[in-house]
Amino acid sequence: MADPHAASALAHQFEDLEQQHEAASLGMWVFLATEVMFFGGLFAGYTIYRRLYLPGFVEGSHLLNVTLGAINTGVLICSSLTMALAVRAAQLGKRNALVTFLFMTVTLGLAFILSKLTLEWRHDYLEGLVPGLNFTLGGPHAKSVELFFCFYFIMTGVHAVHMVVGVGILLVLLVLAWKGHFGPTRYNAVETAGLYWHFVDIVWIFLFPLLYLIGGRY
Amino acid sequence: MAPAAVDSETRGNYLNADYSLKSWLLTTDHKRIGLLYLASITLFFFVGGSAAVLMRLNLLEPNGALVEPAAYNRLFSTHGIIMVFFFMIPSIPAVLGNFLVPMMIGARDLAFPRLNLLSWYVFMVGGAMCMYAVIAGGVDTGWTFYTPLSTSYLNTNVMSAALGVFVAGFSSILTGLNFVVTIHKMRAPGMTWFRMPLFLWAIYATSIIQILGTPVLAITLTLVALERLFHVGVFDPAVGGDPILFQHLFWFYSHPAVYIMILPSMGVVSELVTCFAKKRIFGYSFVAFSSVAIAAISFLVWGHHMFVSGQSVYAGIIFSALSFAVAIPSAIKVFNWMATMYKGSISYQAPMLYALGFIGLFTMGGLTGLFLATLAVDTHVHDTYFVVAHFHYIMVGGAVMGYLGGLHFWWPKITGRLYPDGWARLAAAIIFIGFNLTFFPQYILGYLGMPRRYAIYPPEFHVLNVLSSAGASILGVGYLIPLVYLIWSMRRGPAAGPNPWGAKGLEWTTPSPPPTENFEATPVVTEEAYAYGAREVSVG
Amino acid sequence: MLGHVVAQKTYFLIFGILLALTALTTGIAFLDLGQWNTIVALTIACCKATLVVLFFMGLRWSTRLIRAVLLAALMWLAILIGLTTTDFVSRNWTPVPQPWESSVPQ
Repeated sequence: MADPHAASALAHQFEDLEQQHEAASLGMWVFLATEVMFFGGLFAGYTIYRRLYLPGFVEGSHLLNVTLGAINTGVLICSSLTMALAVRAAQLGKRNALVTFLFMTVTLGLAFILSKLTLEWRHDYLEGLVPGLNFTLGGPHAKSVELFFCFYFIMTGVHAVHMVVGVGILLVLLVLAWKGHFGPTRYNAVETAGLYWHFVDIVWIFLFPLLYLIGGRY
Repeated sequence: MAPAAVDSETRGNYLNADYSLKSWLLTTDHKRIGLLYLASITLFFFVGGSAAVLMRLNLLEPNGALVEPAAYNRLFSTHGIIMVFFFMIPSIPAVLGNFLVPMMIGARDLAFPRLNLLSWYVFMVGGAMCMYAVIAGGVDTGWTFYTPLSTSYLNTNVMSAALGVFVAGFSSILTGLNFVVTIHKMRAPGMTWFRMPLFLWAIYATSIIQILGTPVLAITLTLVALERLFHVGVFDPAVGGDPILFQHLFWFYSHPAVYIMILPSMGVVSELVTCFAKKRIFGYSFVAFSSVAIAAISFLVWGHHMFVSGQSVYAGIIFSALSFAVAIPSAIKVFNWMATMYKGSISYQAPMLYALGFIGLFTMGGLTGLFLATLAVDTHVHDTYFVVAHFHYIMVGGAVMGYLGGLHFWWPKITGRLYPDGWARLAAAIIFIGFNLTFFPQYILGYLGMPRRYAIYPPEFHVLNVLSSAGASILGVGYLIPLVYLIWSMRRGPAAGPNPWGAKGLEWTTPSPPPTENFEATPVVTEEAYAYGAREVSVG
Repeated sequence: MLGHVVAQKTYFLIFGILLALTALTTGIAFLDLGQWNTIVALTIACCKATLVVLFFMGLRWSTRLIRAVLLAALMWLAILIGLTTTDFVSRNWTPVPQPWESSVPQ
């Protein structure tokens, strides 16, 4: 069956659908390069301070919940799977599968965000571990533990903001997919959103060991 | 008497396609967006320029003729923030780049037209936030926002200024992204990389810097904002933070940023020199690759802003050596421009005067950069007027003159009208004279030890400061003149044909002003860039 | 059809490997390997990221240009972290000059 979207799918500045698809893909990858540098500033600061204050960073890391962190990592990996399957469904013109997989991705993303908010961050707040708000930990390394938690909250916070934006974008795509907007020649938005989603997953893949697994847990 | 209506203006073009305000504010046409940026940055130029006027007036007297030091700090900060982020960085890419990139490669528009419009709105939001900071009392950290002053000790409008710059940074990123994708994917058939005008190579290199550098500024300003809001101590020595880390992160962007400001101007000069010498560029691939080399090496030298900050001497040595390296591709360009002009058929219309001014003044500014790259010398002149003179020679004597040259060169294409070249040449001469009178004394002042960012100075520096302020007044007049005749020309200038300069390049094959879709049919490119024949008769 | 369509099996296989690696890195953290803890953890993270990039993000079937974009991003990240670190690592190599008062005879 011919793709009903083929005629309207081509934007006026492009010569053909292939050029449009390549431009969209390249555009998102270039944007992800900017995101690498955006998070990169945080990773640079983290690297410098971890080297300078390793004992404090170890102590801070041990105060985090490894189990929750590992489960959350698993949740995000699941969401990457469902996202990849969603893109595949769009490529094959399978509307129901696309909607289902997008819905699953959104749910998993929300689960991640809620887990961080209600389980981890709330717990840290109750324990008096939030710099600038109620940091009350004592001990010989208190200052560097506080610095560790600065990075913990800022890095996971910036990551969470990216997740929220991602969930928002996926919700919009979900509605469009439900309306039958996508097809084999018109799915650039799903693919580029997928690239963004996988990137946010990759950031977490690095945040997990760097924040939760410093110095081992033996 | 208005000139007779010309074919290109009765015929549909991008200007008369729709006159409504909505059609301008919701346009996705790259040419209109370029004009939206033109209006905005001109406005910001005069805001930043007003701050400079007040500064130079104040410096007429050793004890400060006009303002208290606290107010002076706000003036130089406003001048820096507005000029760097809201004039220099967007100027050529957002105005000339937006207008010309699709036309030069033979496309109908950029790859992402709606993103282009978004980038202008983002720019305006950032600008509004910074203007709020200025009006609400100003910022006095300098445009460099050094910690811990910016995070802990000031009660001025650092938040709204820093966040305004943060927001405006995304405009820069989106513009760069658009250009990179467009240049990679939308070149017309036959337009290979090495047939592109060198302006496009310059814009491409600039876009690489915008994409890879600006995000680091964004996160750095975010950290400053978080530290102000929540007193988290990322840069606070009291909890083990290091203010020098801020400087590393800040300059990682802000040094390449100065190449964002100069590279497009160099691209313009390549276009001007070839057209007004009626000769192909000498060493095309050298000039093309030097743009990319500048972009790459520019990311390796940021520590030369930090030689006396407490940074390790060994890091300083590395940065010093690399800073010498970054001068080489720039010099290559200058040699190639000179060789292009040699035995060319040179005419001296205003754009060419600006190009010649660029070459001379940029060379001077660039050479003084080598003084500053030398660790031992910089220890003496860091934070003095020597530095101020150095970067103004490059930014104003270089980049701004390139911008003005490009604006004049493509003005007939953009508006369909010719400006009066006599007045334009006069303005160029006034700018050149005023510029040198303003900034050359500052080299001497700096070397003699006058610190920058000071509202008062010892009496022995009086004469040089007066000379500099006198020059600034001449420079100011020089900048006002084009404002008058360019606006005049939009209604009253004689009609320009498609190619008043006899220049090569796809943009000159279209009517002036061009139709909305740029080309009737996608052009096919068969000749090299700058395919000027031997000894063509010069125009005018 | 635009773009390469990947088999479902491939996605599930990669998914399984990613979960296994997550479990592995969490488990290894409970062993005492000294400074190797960090190296192993980061190596596993790099493997996971590579799998996501190659298969979920489709880099395995992408153009050279896109691979160049990713490479550029990683190189620039390395420059940022690496060159900044040279400062902090070499700070103590030169003794800090004493203030002038210390050279005044008492």
